[in-house]
Order: sequence, then C-alpha cells, then structure tokens
Amino acid sequence: MRLFDPHIHMTSRTTDDYEAMRAAGVLAVVEPSFWLGQPRTSPASFLDYFDSLLGWEPFRAAQYGIAHHCTLALNPKEANDPRCAPVLDELPRYLVKDHVVAVGEIGYDSMTPAEDTALAAQLQLAADHALPALVHTPHRDKLAGLRRTLDVVGESALPPERVLVDHLNETTVKEAKDSGCWLGFSVYPDTKMDEERMVAILQEYGPEKVLVNSAADWGRSDPLKTRTVADAMLAHGFTDDDVDRVLWRNPVDFYGLSGRLVLDPADTQATHEGNSVLRGGE
Amino acid sequence: MTHPHAHPASPAAGVQGTTLARVAPSDLHRRLAADLDEAARAWLDRALDEAATHPGTHGPVSVWELRLAEAGRRCGPEHADAVRVLILHAARADADALTRVYAQGTAAERRAVLYALPHLVSGPEVLPLVEDALRTNDTRLLAAAVGPYAARHLPAHAWRHAVLKCLFTGVPVAEVADLDRRAHGDTELARMLGDYADERTAAGRTVPDDLHRVLTLTGPTPTPPADPGTRGFDGKES
Repeated sequence: MRLFDPHIHMTSRTTDDYEAMRAAGVLAVVEPSFWLGQPRTSPASFLDYFDSLLGWEPFRAAQYGIAHHCTLALNPKEANDPRCAPVLDELPRYLVKDHVVAVGEIGYDSMTPAEDTALAAQLQLAADHALPALVHTPHRDKLAGLRRTLDVVGESALPPERVLVDHLNETTVKEAKDSGCWLGFSVYPDTKMDEERMVAILQEYGPEKVLVNSAADWGRSDPLKTRTVADAMLAHGFTDDDVDRVLWRNPVDFYGLSGRLVLDPADTQATHEGNSVLRGGE
Repeated sequence: MTHPHAHPASPAAGVQGTTLARVAPSDLHRRLAADLDEAARAWLDRALDEAATHPGTHGPVSVWELRLAEAGRRCGPEHADAVRVLILHAARADADALTRVYAQGTAAERRAVLYALPHLVSGPEVLPLVEDALRTNDTRLLAAAVGPYAARHLPAHAWRHAVLKCLFTGVPVAEVADLDRRAHGDTELARMLGDYADERTAAGRTVPDDLHRVLTLTGPTPTPPADPGTRGFDGKES
C-alpha cells in the first residue's frame, strides 16, 4: 500500500513519527506552511520557516524514505497581524523554488477584511506562478466560510480545478464538490473528521477528486490517519484501487499540477544512485 | 538525533559532488552539454547568455536568479548543481551576489553556491557562507562546504572541526579537498581524532575507517606532493 499525506506539519513531529509513517506505507508528504501555535511578530520569522520547509525538513524526511514537498503562504490567522503582512511581498521569490507545489494554506480564519485581502492576493500569486492553491476552510462558522471562500475563488484568476478546499465535512462537502474544486478532508482523533465518517462520505460522494490527510501538527493529532482511513475503506468494501486513488493518485494529480512534484526522496539527498524520478503534471 | 549518511555521487547521474568545485567551468559546460537533451541544452544556452548579458541585480529578482531556481525543473534534478554553478559563473556573481543567493536559496541552491565559490572568489571574503554550511547538520551542505575554497581559506581550528564533523555525520573524508596537505603534520588534529576514537571505544562503538585514514595523514612522514588538483582543476570524479 502506498500512501501520500497531502497535508501534514512535519516540523512539529518527531523522527519516531517519520519511522512509523514510513512503516505504515507513507511515501510522500506535503507540508503546508501554517501557524506555529506561537504567533510570529515579523516577516523574518516567516522566512526562516520557509527556508526550513525548503531545506532541513525535506532532508529529514529523506532519511526515512519519504519525499517532502511544501506549500508556502501567509496563513489566514496571521494575515490579521499588520506586522506579518509584509511577508506577502517576499512570497514571489519563494514561489519559484523547487519543491513548492502550491500556494497555501490560504483562506479564512475569522473572515476579516485583512483575510479577504490576503486570500485574493495569494490566489493571484498562485495564478502568476502556475501553481495550484491549498485553501483552508474555517473551523468556526464553517458553511458561511466555505461559501465566502468559493465566491473569492470564483472571482480569482485561478480556475476551481486548480484549487483544493480543505478541512471539509458533512456540512460543506456538497457545495464544495459542486464548485469543481478538489476536496480535502482532515482526519483527527477528536475534532474534524474521523475514519467512519470519512468512509461514509466516500460512499455517498465517491472518490473523485477526494484527498484525505492527517493534518498532524503540534496539537492532538495522529500522523498515521492516512493509513487508518485506508484500512477503514478496505473494511467497508472499497477496493485496493479505490484506496490507491484517494490516498495516492488524487494527491499526485493535484500537486502534480505544479509540474514540480518529484516523488523520489533520494532527490533531496546527496545523490540519486540510479533511482527513478517520477514527475507529475508535466 | 540520528546522523544521516551521505553517499558518493554516481558518475552516471551527471557531474555532481566535489567535481563541480574542481572542474573548470568551461570543461563542466562541455560535459554537461553532452548529457542534456536538445530542449534542456537550448534552455541552458539561453540562461547562460542572459546571465552573461544581464548580471548583477535588476528588478525584484534578477532573471539569472530565477533561472537558478528553476534549473532542476528545466534540465533534470541530476544536473541542477552543474547548471547552477554555470549560471553563477556566467553572471560573474561576486561576494555580495553569492551571499544573497545563498541566503535566499533552498538547500540545493545553497549547495550549488558552495560548489561555485572556488570559481568565483579568490579571497576569504565569502568564508561566512562556508561557516554557515558547517553549522548545519545537512550532509549535502557539509560535503559541499569542505571543497577547495575551504581548503584554501578556512582557518586551522574551523578546518579541524569540519573534518571531525564529517566523521560525525558520515560525510566521506574523500569530500575534503586538499586533505593530505592540510592534515600533514597537524598534531592538534591528531589529538582530536585520537580523543574521538577513545570516546567511541569507551562507548562500545566502532571507530570509522575514515578516522584512521585521516590520522595516518597527520603523521610526520612526508606525503606525496599535492597534485595540481589541490588548486582546483584536476577533473577527478568525486
């Protein structure tokens, strides 16, 4: 079984997690830039974080045989802090880098005017850099947040087939699917989705354009949730091919839209030693 | 933490590793051009022309710096280091430009800057980049940091610690440029290696073969004269 976790914050995880993920079948991850729990107070601290997502973290992942890519953005929560907003001016020079496979996480947290501005500006940056976008949907007032998100996407230069709306659930999946966007679901121990509800959504809406992630970070979360969802799918009669589609081919197809997906962890090591290099979307 | 291991570069995978710091750019260009397909070669020629015609800084990001970022996507990841070294050379990047590109670069771009140093800077002014790379635990950067530029300019104390760090992190000491000459008669390095071997033995761990190899080099026995490659351009594979 090959698994791709399309949304996980490995910066917050240990090497034990990397070992366990690889043993469970996780061969590739995408790490979106996001809030670190402790608010940042200057653009410089974002830049060090971006550098880490392009340097140390892929190196760490490669030691465990896992290919690591990232998405970069000013996240919705910190878009509200005027001390952080100037990082938007620094993003263009980062969005040209290898291993950046989308602009993200962008979207809404509290649905403020500052969040409107950052979301629209970063959807435009994605279009300018031929990158897809990973759009977080808010935890509070979720359905209204989804609708406002889809409106802004609709007004942007980025077509919905290059947008992944994440953290969906039973209340938001239908409208998101009708929009033509890719559909992301985060499976958590307590909040967001769980395995059984995820299977029920897959049974009702099908596996097309569905991505499942652990969104594991510094909070209570589980980096093996992609595997437990795969196991739950099989237990409920989905085929190996369905599992491969949701947990490998769909994330490869979405992030492959960047033309920058290299699913060979050796590429981030000192050498290649003859390993094959798979590229998506070119 | 675990100590990740670097692996020697495979010659089949393009010109890589310390060879990039030791081969003259004109030779590197010739060898690279022979490896690239037509589209990649055309892209490279244009990128080098742009860099030569419009070096320096212009606009938010100079065109040659954008080409550095996309080199692997255009020419294949196995050729990215070589292409980046050639673009830096074509743009005649000086200490300020190299420092900026390093600071704003991914780990792979930083590695290419380190390989380019001996081709572009004759004095010690970009040593801070080497020192930065040596502070990391990223074996890709460590291996690139101990090339000919470090051999020429790194002060003795920092150079000894760089050798020891290679042993710690599994970077083959074959990556250390001019090792024979700099290690020869270095009794302080010999002491550090001996202490490290004692520490490993006391902990019930094996002593890396490379440690004995370097220890032998520190001896007073005259070693063969350094070959011309110690100044940079011997063309040997890493």
